[in-house]
Amino acid sequence: MSKATMNINFMGARKPLGILSLLLVVASVVLLVTRGLNLGLDFTGGTTVVVKSPVDVELSQARADLAASGFTDAVVQHYGSPKEVNVRVAPKDGANADEVGYDVFAALKLHNEELELLKVEFVGPQVGDELRDESGTAMLLALGLMMIYVWFRFSNKFGVATVVALFHDVIIVLGIFSLVQWPFDLTVLAAVLALIGYSLNDSIVVADRIREDFRNSRQNEPEKIINSAVNATFSRTINTSLTTLLVLVALYFFGGEVMRAFSEALLVGVFVGTYSSIYVVSNILFMMKVSKEDFLIPEPEEIEEMP
Amino acid sequence: MTRYPRWKFFLLLAALVVCGLYALPNLYPDAPAIQISHADAGGEVNEMTRQRVLSALDTAGLQHGPGETVGTSLLVRLSDTEAQLRARELASETLGDNYVVALNLAATTPDWLRSIGASPMNLGLDLRGGVHFLLQVDMDAVVSSRMEAWAGNAKLTLRDAGVRYRNVDVDGTTLTVTFADQVAADAARAPLRQALDKFTMKPAGDGPETVLVLNDSALKEMQDYAVDQNRTALNKRVNELGVAEAVVQRQGADRIVVQLPGIQDASQARRILGRTATLEFRLVDNGVSAARLRTGMAPPGLEFFPFKGQEGRIVALNKSKIATGDQVIDARMGFDQQSGSPEVNVTLDADGAKRMQRITGKNVGNPMGVLFIETKTDVKKVEGDDGKMMDKMISTTDKYVINVATIQDTLGSRFRITGLDNPAEASELALLLRAGSLAAPVSIVEERTVGPSLGAENIEAGLKSMALGLALVLVFMIAWYKLFGIIANVALLGNLVIIIGIMSLIPGATLTLPGIAGIVLTVGMAVDANVLIFERIKEDLRRGLNPRQAIEEGYARAFTTILDANITTLIVAVILFAAGTGSVQGFAVTLFIGILTSMFTAIIGTRAMAEMIYGRGARAPAKLSI
Repeated sequence: MSKATMNINFMGARKPLGILSLLLVVASVVLLVTRGLNLGLDFTGGTTVVVKSPVDVELSQARADLAASGFTDAVVQHYGSPKEVNVRVAPKDGANADEVGYDVFAALKLHNEELELLKVEFVGPQVGDELRDESGTAMLLALGLMMIYVWFRFSNKFGVATVVALFHDVIIVLGIFSLVQWPFDLTVLAAVLALIGYSLNDSIVVADRIREDFRNSRQNEPEKIINSAVNATFSRTINTSLTTLLVLVALYFFGGEVMRAFSEALLVGVFVGTYSSIYVVSNILFMMKVSKEDFLIPEPEEIEEMP
Repeated sequence: MTRYPRWKFFLLLAALVVCGLYALPNLYPDAPAIQISHADAGGEVNEMTRQRVLSALDTAGLQHGPGETVGTSLLVRLSDTEAQLRARELASETLGDNYVVALNLAATTPDWLRSIGASPMNLGLDLRGGVHFLLQVDMDAVVSSRMEAWAGNAKLTLRDAGVRYRNVDVDGTTLTVTFADQVAADAARAPLRQALDKFTMKPAGDGPETVLVLNDSALKEMQDYAVDQNRTALNKRVNELGVAEAVVQRQGADRIVVQLPGIQDASQARRILGRTATLEFRLVDNGVSAARLRTGMAPPGLEFFPFKGQEGRIVALNKSKIATGDQVIDARMGFDQQSGSPEVNVTLDADGAKRMQRITGKNVGNPMGVLFIETKTDVKKVEGDDGKMMDKMISTTDKYVINVATIQDTLGSRFRITGLDNPAEASELALLLRAGSLAAPVSIVEERTVGPSLGAENIEAGLKSMALGLALVLVFMIAWYKLFGIIANVALLGNLVIIIGIMSLIPGATLTLPGIAGIVLTVGMAVDANVLIFERIKEDLRRGLNPRQAIEEGYARAFTTILDANITTLIVAVILFAAGTGSVQGFAVTLFIGILTSMFTAIIGTRAMAEMIYGRGARAPAKLSI
């Protein structure tokens, strides 16, 4: 029955793809440095107002009304449909920062009596700064703990390889967010952190198999072993990515405006994560000259309670 | 029968039944309602009031429930949130200022479910609408006001000890006492050390002075106290608003979160919460000449304040406070029995009462003033140390005297504030006093309002995408893994029931939109464990193992991989919860629960089903449907 076993030479394309990864990461870093992220209200502070109207809203009219009320710097966008508008204003000095939202609403209401206020969010600049620092810390902490865990469960080489893969994924997803200027808010941050979990999940399944094959096979040729491990787990990798993608697509199209950026981040992330679990991890392992000796330690723990 | 341990079947069954039972109430969503309570605490809503409200609703053609009594208030159910808003307006108009009409939600869970403590999941503000505030407690104000008090304490101690001093200066958390000579400085050390035991005495400098620095532990204790006191006061105010399921929580060192589900009028809520007013009772000094009052330069120990509503009238108050607003435990509006003029009857706590008694006892016939302190906070651009413009919170404080009354007798824990202009003013003062004043000014650093219609849309969108995503995954699994796909699907659905059951069981868990995203994502990732197992089984079959061995091997060998892979995601969920706020935490909670339950159902659940179909008791299967 071994005919059914897949045997694609994944590792053949290892070098060009490694270069591609490197280029993508560099490009993302350049983008992040030069262009930055389109940080949402959570991170910048300011006021967001979302309104709904029974008729389509003319953005130019809304902008004019806002400018007349002194909100010249307001960002005015349609929110999901032409009947809903999202207005963002920077933190304003002067009186009553938390009342800006109602002033914005009042200004918009001038030419649209029936306007309904859906959402007002005001975030002080202090909170914004803190959130940015805390989120950065959270992300680094997550990556650090991952590395320790993998190090502990596998070997130091795997630890480095999976964490490099994670950095690779996170940087590329952030790079894409920077390129397309999708809004980056707390929900997207949650998505990026979820992506870390997902991508690592993927990498570990492959890594687990690589370790197993190194231990069980007599030959000691990394390229062949890694290739067979990737092949053996390939259908699982694809199927899991597929089910996750199916759900994300549903979320993207039907989850509403709030979930859009979240699903965008994860959609991109699943692709990048799947790719990195195959190519980035193995590339790093090659570079660090992984060999049978790395797994000579006897399997430390047989888990007692088998299902 | 099967060799698969029987207790695992029972565990599965028990988990499903219990979680299913507790998940059930979610099929009975809370109904919109208005809650009417008397503006005075303890006041009841009587039958006549009920009739008045109901007939007003009937006239407007709004569908409503009969109105039920909940504690001392009345709850009227309505058909939808729009009717609810309209009904609140109507009820407020009909009943006037004596009643508080709040938006509320009425449970529709059947009694037998309620009797076992089952209730629907808490919905986050993004799913049902409401207002969220994040308030920042102004710690500088706390510190400086307490340091002033300690400075006063130091002076008193020195006076009592008969030590002459020149000056007591406050700088941050440091008190510097200067003396005329070294002898006095030395004499002061012992009494100061005893009176100010929360301070550390620093070695004296060149001159005859003593430097006292507040201990870090005392500083922290003071700040904790201030935040907690503010939280309690805000909690009381929220209760005065009559909001159901309101949340008032401390967040971090100096912040307080207030969530008011169902409230739409953020400005009303802000008026009541953000009113960072406090009161102080102080002695009035009538010995200051009118000319001196006009200069605005108060003599030592006194402070000048304007009198509210009386242009040009200045009152000289003693710096030391008899009692402060946070010592008030009850305050009610009433009317003077002789003159019929409005008054406020105040009750103080033990500490306040003791001071009040001591000081008023010595000052019968003298006037006592009530000082009203209100703080507003603005964000201003200022130039930082590095020359860059930065935002800074700047608080401005208004202080004015609202009432001066002559002390007729020694006052104890109860006394009256008279001289108020009208009943409305008296009732407002009573409310403010009753709601407890804030120990420190707070400012709103974050405010989010979500309209009820957006909340409903969010729920609908969340559920729709969840249903569609689930359906797609179910179809895919059957198409790819046939009978085993069906097994995985049953496990997946069981998993959902268990997640919802657990979310409903945990008291603090709140479902938010990101939370729904977390569940949706778990649906996508939950099948991963099964995909891993099934691919292993397929592989083992290809290697030539018989079906039973393949199942055995597949589950055994996939197990460690699944464990490794899921533990890492659990770590992420924990970090998300620890480092995140609000919405991110909601996502983390569902992700965490989802991973645990999916491991449970995907490993134990599917194995149990596979054993039932291809188990040892049955005839050895020749082929697996996978």
